[in-house]
Amino acid sequence: MSGDTTVSTSKTIQDAAKPAPEPAPEPRPQGEVMLEVDNLGKHFPVTAGLLRRQVGAVKAVDGVSFSVRKGETLGLVGESGCGKSTTGRMIMRLLDPSFGRITFEGRDITKLSRGQMRPLRRDLQMIFQDPYSSLNPRQTVGAIVGAPFRLQNIRTEHGVKRAVQDLLELVGLNPEHYNRYPHEFSGGQRQRIGIARTLALKPKLIVADEPVSALDVSVQAQVVNLMEDLQDELDLTYVVIAHDLSVVRHISDRVAVMYLGKIVEVADRAELYERPMHPYTNALLSAVPVPDPSLREGRERIRLQGDVPSPLDPPPACRFHTRCWKAQEICKTVEPPLVRLSPGHEVACHFPENATVSETDTVAKAAVAHGASPDEAPLADQD
Amino acid sequence: MTAPIEVTGSDAEAQPEAVLAGIDRKAIQGRSLWQIAWLRLKRDKVALIGGGIVVFLILVAIFGPFLVQDPNVFHQNLNDPTFNRPKYGFWHSGISGDHWLGVEPSNGRDMLARIVHGARVSLLVAFCATLLSVVIGVVLGVVAGYFGGWVDTIISRAMDVFLAFPLLLFAIALVGVLADASVFGLSGNGLRIWVLMFVIGFFNWPYIGRIIRGQTLSLREREFVDAARSMGAGSFYILFRELLPNLVAPILVYSTLLIPTNILFEAALSFLGVGVIPPKPSWGGMLSQAVSTYSVAPMFMVIPGLAIFITVLAFNLFGDGLRDALDPRAK
Ligand SMILES: Nc1ncnc2c1ncn2[C@@H]1O[C@H](COP(=O)(O)OP(=O)(O)O)[C@@H](O)[C@H]1O
Ligand code: SF4
Ligand SMILES: [Mg+2]
Repeated sequence: MSGDTTVSTSKTIQDAAKPAPEPAPEPRPQGEVMLEVDNLGKHFPVTAGLLRRQVGAVKAVDGVSFSVRKGETLGLVGESGCGKSTTGRMIMRLLDPSFGRITFEGRDITKLSRGQMRPLRRDLQMIFQDPYSSLNPRQTVGAIVGAPFRLQNIRTEHGVKRAVQDLLELVGLNPEHYNRYPHEFSGGQRQRIGIARTLALKPKLIVADEPVSALDVSVQAQVVNLMEDLQDELDLTYVVIAHDLSVVRHISDRVAVMYLGKIVEVADRAELYERPMHPYTNALLSAVPVPDPSLREGRERIRLQGDVPSPLDPPPACRFHTRCWKAQEICKTVEPPLVRLSPGHEVACHFPENATVSETDTVAKAAVAHGASPDEAPLADQD
Repeated sequence: MTAPIEVTGSDAEAQPEAVLAGIDRKAIQGRSLWQIAWLRLKRDKVALIGGGIVVFLILVAIFGPFLVQDPNVFHQNLNDPTFNRPKYGFWHSGISGDHWLGVEPSNGRDMLARIVHGARVSLLVAFCATLLSVVIGVVLGVVAGYFGGWVDTIISRAMDVFLAFPLLLFAIALVGVLADASVFGLSGNGLRIWVLMFVIGFFNWPYIGRIIRGQTLSLREREFVDAARSMGAGSFYILFRELLPNLVAPILVYSTLLIPTNILFEAALSFLGVGVIPPKPSWGGMLSQAVSTYSVAPMFMVIPGLAIFITVLAFNLFGDGLRDALDPRAK
């Protein structure tokens, strides 16, 4: 795919076609909590032999907690394989969590049956990563985008066809293409079709799993801008998953960084990009291209050594210690808890970067509370 | 693959694929993958010839028996008793204006009539056996692939057992047992044809079952299945509305390729005397009779041999062309 297209005359798209400006989203109103994830985990059993005996487990997600407020966008970032999709799919209840709790609009949805989940699916939708696999090649665009209406028995004022055409127009596609098949569209157009399907049920929360990572770079900004415009227009709340920090930078209000099934840092967007505290976040940030050469000066590129360890047998205590340049003995024995160091900034590290003295103190106290001996804890050095 | 399906254009309209270039088309109506497959198939001359022969053979099997002579009337006056072969015609085949494919040695029955009647038996057995295999194979393959887990384990093991089964020996034994029996008011060749269909069809399902299971396994991982589920679709909807339409192409292709295998199998069983038995004509039975006279009347062996050969070849050519046209690698 060499490029995406601007098909319709809708305002949304003309905006989207412009190159993405440096992020300047107005602060969103801090609404009530819409989604709350508490100590959520997924262990995939690994079986062997004829009798399917369990010999181990892939700890894809191992106890993550975060919350998403109404109207905001949470970015969920981490290297490939760290459990982002699994987290997203558990929120959508496409996967059953192994443990933990998911609360949506105050209601515990962790254990809801498929039937109980059905009406909730209107409020909770997902944008998928691969626009080539997320659209059924044997169905027309009309059938694909119209499926949610049929599945949820929704009566539309002027019929399903009209509703689908309105949706196509909303996402910047030609409504006349109703009878076309997915293979007749480019990647960016396909992703728009997927977004149109997602919007059909007027959801409140959308989990977008790497919505642009399969697209050509030139198209990515258009789709991201479309998502932002739709958020303003339709009052959406997003969880946007990405494997690097450059995409979520444009769209997120807050960012959660994941490593090997755990959240290592959560912060407001500006705070995270200006004062990253976890060494892993620093490494990820140093990989993001900096547009401004004057800013590039002070930064050196951090290259992580080694591979991501296997989630089958993750390193004990701090999972990042096998690749961390600041690792000490305590990192291998005491798991750093996710500690709130300043309002809206949580970090799970014994030796955070860019920390003030009092923050270092807080971290040390938390470490002691989690079983570190006082002379091991970082505070000891400073006294 | 002859035509790239992937759309790479960057202009406003969705680009039709290269195959469609120059073909007058309505701007709005999309081309389904079926229409594209048909356009590809139309350009594949070999497959078209195969398909033409297949259609011709099916017409012959249905209508031929009403048009030809009685296959059981003897013309012993045409026989040369010294060598026990037809007196006239090329290679002592008995070919003449009255008997276009000649006559049998000895009894002198009309070969064209026997070939045409044999085609009906062959195709009937092969089609019904294939249908049985496809129904069992598709249902079990889809269930195994979609539900996975122990269901898959059981079905996959069953496939292994069936594939390891000494089918030929079993068929010989079963038909032997039933040869003189009467089941559901059927006996003789009427019963034998049903037994043939059942034996061939019931033991061949794992071939298509495996293919469908594999396809279902990979389709199940596609994100459109998750998308359907996230909109509240149940297993039934996903199986029939999302997965099955994607399986029609492989089902069609492998059915077309299974038919000639089954034709050969039926011919082999009839050749061995456990299929259709004389006086009812069958290609395998004719071959078996020809064994004793091939040195004096070679055409008696060549003609049913050619009938089998052409039929099997035509189905295979058509099936291969169909597979290329419906290439699942094409997105
Ligand atoms: N169905 C599954 N069975 C077993 N392991 C799985 C399954 N799905 C994902 N995994 C494993 O879980 C880990 C996290 O996967 P995923 O959530 O897809 O990561 P990400 O989206 O961050 O790239 C990976 O190691 C992956 O191999
Ligand atoms: S806890 Fe230790 S190993 Fe883990 S990130 Fe912090 S410094 Fe590195
Ligand atoms: Mg993923």
